[in-house]
Amino acid sequence: METIIEGVREAFRLLLRGDSEVYSTAARSIVISGLATVIGLAAGGALGMFLGLQSFPGRGLVLALVNTGMALPPVVVGLVVFLLLSREGPAGRLGLLFTPAAMVIAQAVLVTPIVAGLTATGVQAIRPQLRWQILALGASRWQYAWLLLREARLTFMAAAMLAFGMAIHEVGASLMVGGNIQGETRVLTTSIVLETMRGNFETAIALSFVLLGLMYLTILGLTLVQQRRPAP
Amino acid sequence: MTPPKLAVRGLALARGGRLILEVPELAVQAGEVLAVVGPNGAGKSALIRVLALLERPTRGEVLMDGRPVTGPLLPYRRRMAVVFQEPLLLDTTVEGNVRAGLALRGVPRREQERRTARWLERLGIAHLARRSVRHLSGGEAQRVSLARALVLEPEVLLLDEPFAALDAPTHRELLGELEGVLRETATTVVFVTHDRSDALRLGHRLAVLMGGRLRQVGPPEEVFSQPADPEVATFLGVENVLPGQALGREGGLTVVEVGAHRLQAVTEERLEGPVWVCVRPEHLVLGPVYQGEGPSSARNRVPGVVRRLNPLGMGDQVRADLDCGFPLVAYITAQAAEELELRPGSPVVATFKASTVHLIPREGGPGRPEGPGGR
Repeated sequence: METIIEGVREAFRLLLRGDSEVYSTAARSIVISGLATVIGLAAGGALGMFLGLQSFPGRGLVLALVNTGMALPPVVVGLVVFLLLSREGPAGRLGLLFTPAAMVIAQAVLVTPIVAGLTATGVQAIRPQLRWQILALGASRWQYAWLLLREARLTFMAAAMLAFGMAIHEVGASLMVGGNIQGETRVLTTSIVLETMRGNFETAIALSFVLLGLMYLTILGLTLVQQRRPAP
Repeated sequence: MTPPKLAVRGLALARGGRLILEVPELAVQAGEVLAVVGPNGAGKSALIRVLALLERPTRGEVLMDGRPVTGPLLPYRRRMAVVFQEPLLLDTTVEGNVRAGLALRGVPRREQERRTARWLERLGIAHLARRSVRHLSGGEAQRVSLARALVLEPEVLLLDEPFAALDAPTHRELLGELEGVLRETATTVVFVTHDRSDALRLGHRLAVLMGGRLRQVGPPEEVFSQPADPEVATFLGVENVLPGQALGREGGLTVVEVGAHRLQAVTEERLEGPVWVCVRPEHLVLGPVYQGEGPSSARNRVPGVVRRLNPLGMGDQVRADLDCGFPLVAYITAQAAEELELRPGSPVVATFKASTVHLIPREGGPGRPEGPGGR
């Protein structure tokens, strides 16, 4: 119990002192997971629109695959990306293993199915009559997709939040493809694991506070955008 | 001869292996308002979707200006506008909705604003412009939907029961406003409705769709007076629908001229000019000519000659077709026909109260398209 209280105290001290190590790790977390989320939104959004709007043989199978992918185990993704990027792997020549780019890729793979699954659900929830109306208004293919995405924006923003949350809190994949190299690929979650194993509970708790705080702030921002309404 | 603005040929639409629409031929002339009536499930909405190029027919083709619609549909769709029964608004402001079609067409922003403002004003929703569509009443929402279509100044306007979900006063108001707009523009319109009086009010021609098949197409008075088959007759309620001329008020009643006769009608509003005069056959009272010369509460007396007598339904009623200078149909009991000794050729007087005469404004005289496409 004492450890915890002391840990909380130390945590605040670290934060208030402006420990550069803590802040740079946090910044790295935001950039890597933010990029992964943006990629996931683009890829997952497109895939989700396609799955939600097109009918083709085997669509059910693909949707089930995507829905399974919404709960992909990070360590499995980490392993696959590791093998792809490792020196002998098919993308080994890029030399991306143990770089932030590898972490972005792994996290993007992790969140894409989440965005795709939710986007598909969102656009499918739009009534077919409204889809007809949008086409009848003279929308081209791309305009149609854009307007439908706008109609499904509540769901899409929920997907964005979930994706960012997933990317920033995941540890398995980041550890495996990033390597937790200080000053390069060390992010909040991998740091917490490391400090805990070293017995530096105060630092671990401080980092956990930062992680939770960041998640809350980011998601608060996205929620405000999501709940934004046109003037009454 | 100019080809019809919009037409279908050899159209068949199947869903789940079942044929839901089969229209060998239907054409709408430029500037014409074709009213399509039919009961629920007749295929009216499916017809609109095919015409709007939203649904590909199983067989057959849609023609615009006499040429089959082929290739990319977008250029064709951008010459049309559709208003559905539900407002189907985008989740944004009123103004955003009315402007949507213009924005999709890449109309310059300045012009978008100008045209949007004009139509918001025209449909009485300018004060709602910045309002979210989530807080609109049903009538307001449908005004937005109508403005969103009209702002495009489409060559073809397709209306799929646009007023069916509205309460009666709103329905009347919007119908009147639409009528005004259509009178000013040369828009070609297909107006689907199950409301016969709406169809009469807007339609230059009437098409009856039942069970996915086109049963009859023609001028309204013809369709009503000579229904193609008993089902059509039943659906239409076989009203006597006669072209007349409202002459204005006289002692609180509207006087209307039909053929050589002057009839009186109770109307809410003042009416003048061309009208449809509707009297239900069961509201006519037949009597011998010598009777009823004295005062009566029935304001209208029309002498005529019996042309035909046909038993109706179970045979306890008789349908009498009269010639009064114009055709008139009356339903009377079999006993009454017996007692009056009605035979083809018998002279009779038809009387009916002013309150049973229903007047519907009619687009009059010139500009009423006649000609090909309709049969």
